[in-house]
Amino acid sequence: MDIFLQQIINGLVQGSIYALVALGYTMVYGIMGLINFAHGEVVMIGTLVTITVASSLIKAGMPVALAGLAGLSASVLVCMALGWGLERIAYRPLRNAPRLTPLITAIGMSIVLQNLAMMIWGRNYMTFPSLLPKVDFEFAGANFTMIQVIIVLVSAATMGGLLLLVYRTKLGMAMRATAQNPAVASLMGVNINRVIAAAFIIGSALGALAGVMVGGYYEIAHYQMGFMLGLKAFTAAVLGGIGNLAGAMLGGILLGIIEALGAGYIGDLTGGFLGSHYQDIFAFVVLIVVLMFKPSGLFGEKTGDRA
Amino acid sequence: MTGTLLEAKAVAKHFGGVKALRDVSLTIRRGEIYGLIGPNGAGKTTFFNCMTGLYVPDGGGFSFDGKPLVADAPDKAAARGIARTFQNIRLFGNMTALENVMVGRHVRTRAGVLGAIFQNPATKAEEAAIRQRAIDLLHYVRIEERADDLAKNLSYGDQRRLEIARALASEPKLLCLDEPAAGMNGTETEQLRELIDGIRRDGTTILLIEHDVKLVMGLCDRVAVLDYGALVIEDVPAVVQKDQRVIEAYLGA
Amino acid sequence: MKNSQFFRSTAGITLMAAALIVLPFVAALGGQAWVRILDFAILYVFLALGLNIVVGLAGLLDLGYIAFYAVGAYTWALLASPHFGLHLPIWVILPIGGLLACLAGVVLGSPTLKLRGDYLAIVTLGFGEIVRIFLNNLNAPINVTNGPQGITLIDPVTFGDFKFSGTTQIFGIALSGPQKYYYLLVALAILVVIINLRLQNSRIGRAWQAIREDEIAAKAIGINTRNLKLLAFAMGASFGGVAGGIFSAMQGFVSPESFSLIESIMILAMVVLGGMGHIPGVILGAVLLSILPEALRYGVGPIQMALFGKMLVDPESLRMLVFGLALVLVMRFKPAGLWPAPERKRESGEIQQVTAK
Repeated sequence: MDIFLQQIINGLVQGSIYALVALGYTMVYGIMGLINFAHGEVVMIGTLVTITVASSLIKAGMPVALAGLAGLSASVLVCMALGWGLERIAYRPLRNAPRLTPLITAIGMSIVLQNLAMMIWGRNYMTFPSLLPKVDFEFAGANFTMIQVIIVLVSAATMGGLLLLVYRTKLGMAMRATAQNPAVASLMGVNINRVIAAAFIIGSALGALAGVMVGGYYEIAHYQMGFMLGLKAFTAAVLGGIGNLAGAMLGGILLGIIEALGAGYIGDLTGGFLGSHYQDIFAFVVLIVVLMFKPSGLFGEKTGDRA
Repeated sequence: MTGTLLEAKAVAKHFGGVKALRDVSLTIRRGEIYGLIGPNGAGKTTFFNCMTGLYVPDGGGFSFDGKPLVADAPDKAAARGIARTFQNIRLFGNMTALENVMVGRHVRTRAGVLGAIFQNPATKAEEAAIRQRAIDLLHYVRIEERADDLAKNLSYGDQRRLEIARALASEPKLLCLDEPAAGMNGTETEQLRELIDGIRRDGTTILLIEHDVKLVMGLCDRVAVLDYGALVIEDVPAVVQKDQRVIEAYLGA
Repeated sequence: MKNSQFFRSTAGITLMAAALIVLPFVAALGGQAWVRILDFAILYVFLALGLNIVVGLAGLLDLGYIAFYAVGAYTWALLASPHFGLHLPIWVILPIGGLLACLAGVVLGSPTLKLRGDYLAIVTLGFGEIVRIFLNNLNAPINVTNGPQGITLIDPVTFGDFKFSGTTQIFGIALSGPQKYYYLLVALAILVVIINLRLQNSRIGRAWQAIREDEIAAKAIGINTRNLKLLAFAMGASFGGVAGGIFSAMQGFVSPESFSLIESIMILAMVVLGGMGHIPGVILGAVLLSILPEALRYGVGPIQMALFGKMLVDPESLRMLVFGLALVLVMRFKPAGLWPAPERKRESGEIQQVTAK
């Protein structure tokens, strides 16, 4: 049983990160129907900015905790600016373009960001500075670390905050209205441009936070790390029902847990035929199976055919 | 050519707790123009969608042309001979007017992928026939000069006509028009009246859902009134017009 | 319009044919590498036109197209290489590759084609990744794909005694391997252009376009949308499979690396950037996007040297950066693609002409 519990804990941690990234996809998709393929790169840049800022501050003699905080803030700011810029420069001119046009733009931006990052930070893996003391806990035979606890708690708090923002504030109401019907929302006095920009900025801030968590958790980072992470997170968003905030959160956590359990048990399940390097297929197999039975995702609204 | 074409038997449909249709039974005879009217939200379009297979009814059923109509898929209803237009016009916007009508021939033609690739004589002949029939239908609804325009670039009135031509292309036994006069001015409505009358004279039974009571009363042989999902009356226009329940339903008294 | 008239006129066709015939010799002046680039451009034309049936005609967003290409490529690699000691002839392998890819398309498509556009996109994307992961790992416990190392020494395309690898003398002209493949690929590409054109103006093609435009209306006029979508999917997949087989033979080597998501995305980008659903546009998109990165590969380094006297930035990343920017800019200023279908599709006079045929 301790393997089971251990994998649940690992999955919960990974899943919290997926959930944060998935929120960025789902907010943008919910409001403007765009798969923002560049979001994974925003997360990657968040990680790399933190490394640069925190490492150099630590080298300059700043206390580790303070340097970490500065790195986090810098990364959130950079990513927010990046998200805003992406929307303003790349996507906004394409609001009325054919459906696939912004998708190709998003792919183009993803390539651009990835290669920019490579020019800035190089091809090599970078080490994430140790910002937290290594403290291990044990619970019912499973081990977990301080950073894991923090990741889960901070994600939960952030997601709670986001839900409050979306369901309790004027901006949130404007966002929900725009998601329902942009034309009507704009007639009601909602500034669509601001709402969309806000979705990008908030999504990117969450992405930056996730980026810092990934970096802290795995302690290494690389300019290509955003791609698979983004893909998985997007899968999580679809799994939960894209456009649905709670769906993205639950989808992310579910995906993390399924992957962890899958990786832990796949050898036993297939009699040793498939090993743990098949971990990455779980996300997609689960996705395909879920969508076969629930075509709008687990928590997605049913969009019936209307005549 | 007389007798029953379509019979609805106690058709029921509910969405969650809302009963959109309460055991609606009615009969459409061959060769007539049958009007279905009722206030907004009375269940007219729901009835329509059940009949054409977009919705699966929760109770009751239809028989069409002497056989039960298993309306679980719209393409089956079309193959049986029920064609429809949509309240909020649904054309294939980026195809030409001619192509829209040509697609309408789909259920009555057979050519497959291999035929298309190898262009065997049968396929070529069928394709020519499809095209000719489509051109004829565009003439019939009098928009032949717009044949090569993209459907989305047609005027509103022409779009309505194109949608009717597309529906006629499938050689329907029953043509269902969902509020065809919506958004039309007096002249356009009058032209539409003539078109519908002409289609009936050429032998197609018509089910007309309409808001424009004047149009319905002037055009239809028989009229059914729905209110709150239930059938109020089914009779000739003269009787329906004088029915106290109908007047109440429309005045909301 | 003017362009299409030109392309249909005899003079236009002769000129294009002549250009297509001479092209590999012109390219060879810059070295065989350029002929190979040309080969890939044509192979991408083939792939993009296959995907165009799915995305452009039927409007199904397929982000896992490369999986079918992989199926075809590995079919060839396994049936014509020392890996299993099999060396089957082309008439056997190419159809098997196409059929297996088609089968894969049906298997993936039948449960998922009811999904709405973007859900379908992510499912196909996931499928592509699943195929790639299996290719990467199916070297144990039984060695099927040889894992990340891939399969080498794959047989070239051979018709009887005529091999497409190595140099042959024909009528006193020396034809290199890549040049021979070029002509084979051009022939295949012309075939797929014809198939695309004929499908587009057929009963099935119109039904696909109807589904793309409005699925509910398409159902209402009697189109069995499920079967037709599956047909489009399976057809696109078969083209991918055939292209994969040729790729395998041409390279003599396959590995999972060639079938990553970015490849699917590239092919989709070719279709969209060129002009979705418009065949000349798709061809243009495929040629541009396959040649541009290569041209940049040769151009970016020397230009930097000339301008700054040293390599300021890694040419590999600079070339991809420029490529990404090109995608963004084209979409910004030509949202419907570089060469979209003209708004008024036909001259009015043409109706009678076609009817008279």
